[in-house]
Amino acid sequence: MPAEKQQEQRDQRTQDTEEIQPNPEVTEQGEEIKEDLDRLLDEIDEILEEDSEEFVENYIQRGGE
Amino acid sequence: MNRRIYGLENEYGIICTSDRRGGKALSIQNAVMYLFREIISGRMYPDVFLENGARFYQDIGCHPEYATPECDNVMDLVTHDKAGERIIERLSVSAERKMRSDGFMGRISVFKNNTDTPGNTYGCHENYLMDRRVSFRQLALQLIPFFVTRQVFAGAGKVKPTNRGGYAISQRAQHIREEISIATTTARGIINTRDEPHADREKYRRLHVIVGDSNMSEFTTYLKVGTTAIVLRMIEDNFIKKRLALRDSVRAIQQISEDTTCTRKIELENGKRLSGVELQWEYLECAKRYFEEVESDPVTDQIMARWEYVLTCLETEPMQLDRELDWVIKKKLIETYVKSRNLKWNSAKVMMLDLQYHNIRPEFGLYYKIEKKGLAERTVTDEQIEHAMHHPPETTRAKFRGRFVKLANERKILCGVNWSYIQLYEPYQKLFLSTDPLQAEYEEASRMIYSI
Repeated sequence: MPAEKQQEQRDQRTQDTEEIQPNPEVTEQGEEIKEDLDRLLDEIDEILEEDSEEFVENYIQRGGE
Repeated sequence: MNRRIYGLENEYGIICTSDRRGGKALSIQNAVMYLFREIISGRMYPDVFLENGARFYQDIGCHPEYATPECDNVMDLVTHDKAGERIIERLSVSAERKMRSDGFMGRISVFKNNTDTPGNTYGCHENYLMDRRVSFRQLALQLIPFFVTRQVFAGAGKVKPTNRGGYAISQRAQHIREEISIATTTARGIINTRDEPHADREKYRRLHVIVGDSNMSEFTTYLKVGTTAIVLRMIEDNFIKKRLALRDSVRAIQQISEDTTCTRKIELENGKRLSGVELQWEYLECAKRYFEEVESDPVTDQIMARWEYVLTCLETEPMQLDRELDWVIKKKLIETYVKSRNLKWNSAKVMMLDLQYHNIRPEFGLYYKIEKKGLAERTVTDEQIEHAMHHPPETTRAKFRGRFVKLANERKILCGVNWSYIQLYEPYQKLFLSTDPLQAEYEEASRMIYSI
């Protein structure tokens, strides 16, 4: 491979690495998702306040179709 | 067939619990009576066609069942399937209100899933109108491997109460006993032979599919039905030449369901071993060749692209698809919760989470909590769903049925309605029978509707 081309590729790679800096927007999005997830888990706590054991045990359907 | 009819029937699970711990619950039968009370308005039996062309009725085993109107494209079908959920949700809210005013302090929960706690099953049936000329043997042969493996993206997921984090991809797989069968309540088959086209029998057959799960995710329903339609088109055009028959299809459907890594190989009749995902690639590659020869359309192109995307992700890491596929969304959510709250996998709470994922009431249902936070991939909008609750699809015969039902309800006229006919009794008997569900307008039907 000609030296020139190799240099070009290396430059390209450096550019690529430079681009992998944390993007503040993406980080923010990630944090938002994490907050959403935490809220979701809290909401699940509420759903599970009902007596799960009794509920699950009583969930009996007749076969259908 | 380039344009075909699609329909989805969902049987829902229902339970009514008392507000007081240990309080007496209302029987399923009574809960279902409350659910239908508002909508059947004076009729004897809970079985009605609605103004959007759908049928809502009480099925075997006391399940509320919603059958979408005839749709001629996948988007309409997803919308109408969701409209069915919304209709039942609203009915359950008003049923609960009525029940409370009658003095029973309890809550009605409705689940769009396929199994109860002891392991009874109820179904989600897909219907596809097909060209009658296709040999049934050929159809079954080429469809079975597709249905056995389709669950890798179409499964709704199911917690298996072991202590090791057991989880199956499909709810229905463990209830399938035969390759081909007419039964829907006992020896269920991968291919069901029921064939009532509600249309010209010489021209059409109905493919009635009972092997699939009920889906909460719009994306999953869309991909399940969309890919199946593509495979059916190829079969009708006799395009699939490769033999993909499996050594033991019933065993294979269970083996694939039990393997959430999606890597387990199953044996083909010719001795080759492929994973479920690899078998799906065979169908996708075939479809790509097919669409080099025949014309596609934008929706089909999108289905093809998403099919490829999903298979690519399943091949590398299935858990990436935690916005798209029901079984993955649910698995990830339950695992995250179990880890953060330090629960045992075999605890009743985990079973409860599995159930509540399928609760169709947004304030209790886990799927809806995820969807509200924008964490689930959608294919239709809330506005479209709301519209479909009251309006039939514009391009199939559901259009005249819906209009007929709406008018007859408004004017309180005695009438008869079914998939293929509308009927008036007064002042004299009139019946209009349609043999082509793909046709939306009939002069005779319009005249009858205007005469009301």
